[in-house]
Amino acid sequence: MAYALEISDLKKTYPGGTEALKGISFAVEEGDFYALLGPNGAGKSSTIGIIGSLVTKTAGRVKIFGIDADEDLALAKTMLGVVSQEINFSGFEKVIDIVVTQAGFYGIPKSIALPKVEKMLKRLSLWDKRNDQARTLSGGYKRRVMIAKALIHEPKLLILDEPTAGVDIELRREMWTFLKEINENGTTIILTTHYLEEAEQLCRNIGIIDGGLIVENTSMRNLLSRLNVQGFVFDLESPLDKAPEIEGFPLKLEDPLTLVVAVNKERSINALFAELSSLGIKVNSMRNESNRLEELFIEMVKK
Amino acid sequence: MSNNRNISVALWTLTTKEIRRFLRIWIQTLVPPAVTMSLYFVIFGSLIGPRIGTMDGFDYIQFMIPGLIMMSVITNSYANVVSSFYSVKFQRSIEELLISPMPNWTILLGFVLGGVCRGCLIGFIVFGVSLLFYPDFTVVSPLLTLTVLFLTSILFSLMGFINAVFADSFDDISVIPTFVLTPLIYLGGVFYSINILPDFWRAVSMANPMLYVVNTFRAGMLGVSDVSIGFALGMILGFIGLLTGSCLYLLEKGTGIRQ
Repeated sequence: MAYALEISDLKKTYPGGTEALKGISFAVEEGDFYALLGPNGAGKSSTIGIIGSLVTKTAGRVKIFGIDADEDLALAKTMLGVVSQEINFSGFEKVIDIVVTQAGFYGIPKSIALPKVEKMLKRLSLWDKRNDQARTLSGGYKRRVMIAKALIHEPKLLILDEPTAGVDIELRREMWTFLKEINENGTTIILTTHYLEEAEQLCRNIGIIDGGLIVENTSMRNLLSRLNVQGFVFDLESPLDKAPEIEGFPLKLEDPLTLVVAVNKERSINALFAELSSLGIKVNSMRNESNRLEELFIEMVKK
Repeated sequence: MSNNRNISVALWTLTTKEIRRFLRIWIQTLVPPAVTMSLYFVIFGSLIGPRIGTMDGFDYIQFMIPGLIMMSVITNSYANVVSSFYSVKFQRSIEELLISPMPNWTILLGFVLGGVCRGCLIGFIVFGVSLLFYPDFTVVSPLLTLTVLFLTSILFSLMGFINAVFADSFDDISVIPTFVLTPLIYLGGVFYSINILPDFWRAVSMANPMLYVVNTFRAGMLGVSDVSIGFALGMILGFIGLLTGSCLYLLEKGTGIRQ
């Protein structure tokens, strides 16, 4: 099996003694869309920092498409694009200059970079702002510049460290579409995010890191199948005084028009609808009580 | 980044970025030395200079010109690299370089070339200004003059780089120029020949590295020097070698730039 990224026994202890990574190992298959999740301070950014040469590892190995970063770091770097959590470009430069310069750092001359930059900026809806100083852009546009920079040398592996933090819902959805598209075109993507819905929507495989250790590394489907109970919220047509009592379905009245229920995955929700219907309770609409992955995530990291 | 063409593109990109940076803020980088040096020429050259008489056989303003050019070159090449490299650290755009496959020596060379370009450009500007006050000035040895100009810019760009590597705040990038560079430059023979000093202070002055830089440059422009040119050039080259090694070691180790 070909791997885009192989991490073996990676350790990081910061000066002062903080042990951010206690020897993590995981691999990401070529073409995968992989989520690396964990609470704040779990070690995600340290891991990404080490892969991108921004943080010096204490021990362990990093291989990018089979190339050991200790043996040929420059070659490994040509295959990697990183979108950092923080904005990391000069705000006093024009958008187009920032991206052309980044291409230059990868050895792409300006004459070759310009058409690529034009295509990239147009794809990310940045073309109209190409001559604006980067500091004048909104947070969402700055994120797009970060993505354009990371992709301009056409890396085979793209790592995004919370790329949608602080961006509005519309832009987040646009980014999801874009990321799905480049993943379908063959780019392996590793994503860290605090929006677990994002990971659930986009990623096929998932690693959960906590306290500097990988506590889970599996497929999204496998992980979600472990969820025994799912919460639903029903919006009712008519108000109720108290929650009805139906055997096997613990119902709770949140307000007179909202009923909440936790349904065991062995039970059919149709049975609940039938019972509600027989009691004359009409349901106008239904939604998940919360993100399914979120429930699992909280369960795992609190162990 | 394995082939030479890619490395040369990366180096060109970083160098032109550095040059664009100081040209974009020309009002802060190119104009102040011209204004300050004009004031020096007016006050010390035209007003006080004639009362002083000659120094080492030259009109005082003529004697002062190489020193003032060197002073501007030293402070500007140093300031360019220290402020630029600290800024990329501060605004995290250092990550653009660290993530890229550029070798460390290319990163160092790019910043140093930026400092050299600014230092040399300032040197020519101040020389141009000096001609307004002393139009008859002729350069005795253009080759030695340009060589010292170039080497001095490299030397102080490297020093600026090391300062920026260790700097944790904007205060840290002004401490060395204010409390170390400026006193050494002023006491390094910019305004006087050490021959006018008592023996003790002349001996103390010989320990000032600026004296060698200023005097070697003066030797190129006027043909006189208080120190041996061969020794001074050797010292400059030796320090360039030592500082280059130190900078590359710091980059390799990630001091101040990698966690």
